[in-house]
Amino acid sequence: MEKILNRKEGKLLAERIAREADVKLHECYQCGKCSAGCPMADAMDLMPRQIVHLMQLGDMTEVMKSKSIWLCASCHTCVERCPHSIDIPTLMEKSRMEAQRRGICAVRDVRLFNDIFMETVRGFGKSQEVILEGAYNVTSGHFFQDMKNVPKMLQKEIVRPELNQVNAVNEVRDIMKECEKGGANR
Amino acid sequence: MKKFAYFPGCSMDSTAVTYKASLEYVAGRIGLELKEIPDWNCCGSTAAHTKNEKLAYSLAARNIAIAEDTYPDLDIVTPCAACYSRLAYAKHAAEDEFTRQEIERIIKRPFKGKKEILNFLDVFSQEDVMQACKENMVRDLSGLKIACYYGCLMSRPRKITKAEDIENPMQMDKIIELTGATAVEWDFKTECCGASHQVDAPRQSRPLIERIFRNAKANGAQAIVTACPLCNMNLDMREKEINEMFSKKYDIPVFQFTEILAIGMGAGAKTSGIHQHFWPAFDLINGVLRANFGKAGK
Ligand code: SF4
Ligand code: SF4
Repeated sequence: MEKILNRKEGKLLAERIAREADVKLHECYQCGKCSAGCPMADAMDLMPRQIVHLMQLGDMTEVMKSKSIWLCASCHTCVERCPHSIDIPTLMEKSRMEAQRRGICAVRDVRLFNDIFMETVRGFGKSQEVILEGAYNVTSGHFFQDMKNVPKMLQKEIVRPELNQVNAVNEVRDIMKECEKGGANR
Repeated sequence: MKKFAYFPGCSMDSTAVTYKASLEYVAGRIGLELKEIPDWNCCGSTAAHTKNEKLAYSLAARNIAIAEDTYPDLDIVTPCAACYSRLAYAKHAAEDEFTRQEIERIIKRPFKGKKEILNFLDVFSQEDVMQACKENMVRDLSGLKIACYYGCLMSRPRKITKAEDIENPMQMDKIIELTGATAVEWDFKTECCGASHQVDAPRQSRPLIERIFRNAKANGAQAIVTACPLCNMNLDMREKEINEMFSKKYDIPVFQFTEILAIGMGAGAKTSGIHQHFWPAFDLINGVLRANFGKAGK
């Protein structure tokens, strides 16, 4: 894949993200404690430690192309164990937003799930677990992944099909509209 | 006894039936009054903050703002770890005056962000609430070995949760021991269950669940107890699949901590919710109760 940011742009972007995340990138001394405790590390293509290293180097292209920024579960284990409290989940999150803005997404399903989740909130003001699982399974092509659990949910009355809706759903829609002005997170 | 503004969260009205039933039962028994925040909306959960920080704060803040208006004197309590985290983040964001004003502008409501945000472990570990629970116990769950699973969001990040101990919390351990049950020591109390990645990245995140069961079993637990609808569903709903996927034979029912309290207070299977689990839970509880009944009779 071609470099989408040159070195200088990458460096500037990394610095901006670090500033917004309240992280001093130079404080990371690559001890690897973050990666050691990360529950998603096995599935990541770049370890949390490497993400910080690439940001130190200003190589944001590699960061934005990674699966890791989508697979981070925001569990905050790494931050709490890091000797310098480097806020990796926020670095991941802001990098993910930047990637998204540039149309880069290495784990499509994660983006899709979040999109559909927010659409059910826009529609009803509350999230809808049944619709969510159904819609997600249809749009991502992963039919029946969790759908096989839905009949049992209905049978045991674990979910009730009537939809929960906020009366003032327009208020919620307005909030979403206002926040989405000018694109994601800006 | 005590009153709170109550934010149920979306799961409480759908998948978390056993949590809802048992919480209502226990609250009724000890006289805990939960005043539902009128016309509350989704807190944004794990999705909103992945897209847009302002949106994540604002969705949560609308609920706090309504509570400030409707129940000015009450703290807010919520049963879900994700809701708790998102509400606490919004409160934290309001400490910055510029952000607080921006949120007010977006939600078109006054928003102070001064109210305490609590989860139910906070509430049930308060001295007087523990005492009230103790006084209402009619059954003995001695012999039942439980692994208390707290998950991420009620512990981390510390700046949001202000948790005393993020690696080895003890609130839930103390609460369930009121029933006579034993809380085992184990290593995965605050490990991540994968949250919504269990839906959108299942292949990558199923191992997170497997290792929670593995560690609970290795430490002698017969059951896992949670305090969150999502953690609970991720474990209970997927136990069968985990056994198939990893060729294991885990037989570890997963309860909400309020179910254990309800059982201790004499609730039947229906009221406590133990008939509505994915992984059968009734036999374990029945066995423990019978054994202890036998002992008491002698
Ligand atoms: S734990 Fe902190 S200092 Fe160590 S590698 Fe990770 S981010 Fe760097
Ligand atoms: S917050 Fe993300 S990077 Fe850090 S330990 Fe959790 S999953 Fe790994």
